[in-house]
Amino acid sequence: MHEWLRVNPLSMAVQMLRTLGSAIVPAAVVIFGAGTQDSEKFAEIAPWIIPILVLIIGFNLLGTWLGWVRLRYRVGEADVRVEQGILSRQARSVPYERIQDVSLEQKLIPRLLGLVEVKFETGAGGKEELKLSYVSEAEGEKLRETVRALVEGEMTRPAVPAEGEEVPTAPEPAGEMLFAMDTRRLFLFGLFNFSLVVFAVLIGALQQFEFLLPFDLWDYLADLIKDDRISEAGDALAGYTLVAQIAAIAYAVFAVVVVGMASGVVRTFVQDWEFRLDRTPKGFRRRRGLLTKTDVVMPVHRVQALVLKTGVIRRRFGWYGLSFISLAQDAGSANHEVAPFAKMAEIAPIVREAGFSLPDEDTDWRRASADFYFDRAVLQALVPGTAALVLIVLGYTLVSLLLAGLAAVLMVGEYFLWRFVRHALDPQQVMSRIGWLAPRWKIANRVKLHSVEIAQGPLARWRGYCTLRFGLAGGRLAFRGLRLEDARAMRAAVLDSIAVVDFAHLPR
Amino acid sequence: MDTEPLTKLDRSYSTVMRIEGLLTLVPLLIAGLVLYATSVIPAWVPGVVLALAALVLVFYLPTKRFRSRGYHMSDDRLRVVKGVMFHADTVVPFSRVQHLDVEQNPLERMFGIARLILHTAGTHNASVTLPGLAHDNAITMREAIRAHVKRESL
Repeated sequence: MHEWLRVNPLSMAVQMLRTLGSAIVPAAVVIFGAGTQDSEKFAEIAPWIIPILVLIIGFNLLGTWLGWVRLRYRVGEADVRVEQGILSRQARSVPYERIQDVSLEQKLIPRLLGLVEVKFETGAGGKEELKLSYVSEAEGEKLRETVRALVEGEMTRPAVPAEGEEVPTAPEPAGEMLFAMDTRRLFLFGLFNFSLVVFAVLIGALQQFEFLLPFDLWDYLADLIKDDRISEAGDALAGYTLVAQIAAIAYAVFAVVVVGMASGVVRTFVQDWEFRLDRTPKGFRRRRGLLTKTDVVMPVHRVQALVLKTGVIRRRFGWYGLSFISLAQDAGSANHEVAPFAKMAEIAPIVREAGFSLPDEDTDWRRASADFYFDRAVLQALVPGTAALVLIVLGYTLVSLLLAGLAAVLMVGEYFLWRFVRHALDPQQVMSRIGWLAPRWKIANRVKLHSVEIAQGPLARWRGYCTLRFGLAGGRLAFRGLRLEDARAMRAAVLDSIAVVDFAHLPR
Repeated sequence: MDTEPLTKLDRSYSTVMRIEGLLTLVPLLIAGLVLYATSVIPAWVPGVVLALAALVLVFYLPTKRFRSRGYHMSDDRLRVVKGVMFHADTVVPFSRVQHLDVEQNPLERMFGIARLILHTAGTHNASVTLPGLAHDNAITMREAIRAHVKRESL
């Protein structure tokens, strides 16, 4: 297994398709645009189009082939190496002891061709990871097993394995299923994932491809206003009976809600199709995705903290989402979703497997300083409140009342935040609960924290509260507006837990 | 544990901060000279502004800063306190130190002081800097922390 290898030749096809896709479509659009606008000039350049396209494709082919020839990788004794680059060479080596995990990803085209992208995660956090695109599915699985076995070996015995020693490459044991989402669950999840992004996308696309429309959109809109056609539409609406007006508004709202829910469902289906979380001997294995299939393994001991969240409405029905904070990145976000939409009864076993415990009735939840939220309420209500006073003197009663209402809402919001934002400390964990209508819990292991800071601004010092911040690998954990004595007590307790366990002795 | 007396930083640290304050005055000084030469505004205005800036940057702030800073090193953790307006009181247990740096810029080297930097794996406070230590002292502290890290992980 120590020889240099090339990636699967089919990855050239993927590369070609991708570059051609990104080159041909704009080219076609340009040609189409030129053809419709100025047919004389178009006739002049027309004979050249085909040779130019052939040339572009030829160059692409050559580049892709050279790139493939010049890319090689090796799974060696102490590291994984990848060398690439046509003229300027780049050689990257990642030692086994730094590899956090190997994950496989399949986008649509590679999936059709039976290829996977292998990522060696080093926990560098957002930095460039070592990637191999693409190898065959079987080869990817084998690579993952080999590297994992070597990583484990590196962990248990620091010595380099002897030359020729057989590396066990047993297939991934099936493991026990912890959580899965069927189509019905996905559909329900999608309904809660209500999103109006589709409208933004439509408007964006309209701006981008406006020139393809048979009429000028902005002129059309300008005409609409200039010719009073818009007020005609308004008149038409005003001409309806009250019932018809209400029906029209209800219809509009209904349409928006339906579109929002439909786009939520589509997005959820694409991302979480066949979501499945297994507990394997090596950790948590998560598979999901409709077009881009991903297969990620998170070792249990790398879980730094848990995040449990819910939404304003889904909370009423008992739905929660669980994710892990770990060193490795997950599709751009630092949290690994392990149960995006589940009942508490389904979440509890996952939490237990990860070595954490959920807060229960015995948890000693504490509130932050009331002064902190009082100050915040005053500061937030200051501007609208003052404006309301000034305006009422000037005689704008309605606006003034609206502003006063806003100030009141802000203050009530702070009151509820004071009531609902809490923190707790148990013998193993630090817990926080933030948010009022859509609460969010963070649970961190005391031993896995790295530093503790008590920070105070001028106001906080005067009023005697502070922010308590913990150094957490891969995430943030802060408690705002704690009473100073509370923060000091928490810091002392946590520091004592940290100090007794050395970093090197943390379970790896 | 929060009642223990903080160790003060080296005296020359406040001198270094004063010199740094002087250096930040240089652009202001040039601007002032230009204004003085072009005499767009009364000649005494740049002088007064400069004098005020110098008072704040060279005398007031370094004194306040120096007074607000301190540290306490116990046998398994280092506490670093700083901040005139915005206070920060950070504790790093030695058992979480990933690696250590001792840094000196030319000015610090002239006065024989150094900065000790502790790196941890946390996202927040990934590196905690303790400036204004006598160089020998910084080296001794680094060795002590390193010895602790080494002893613990054996």
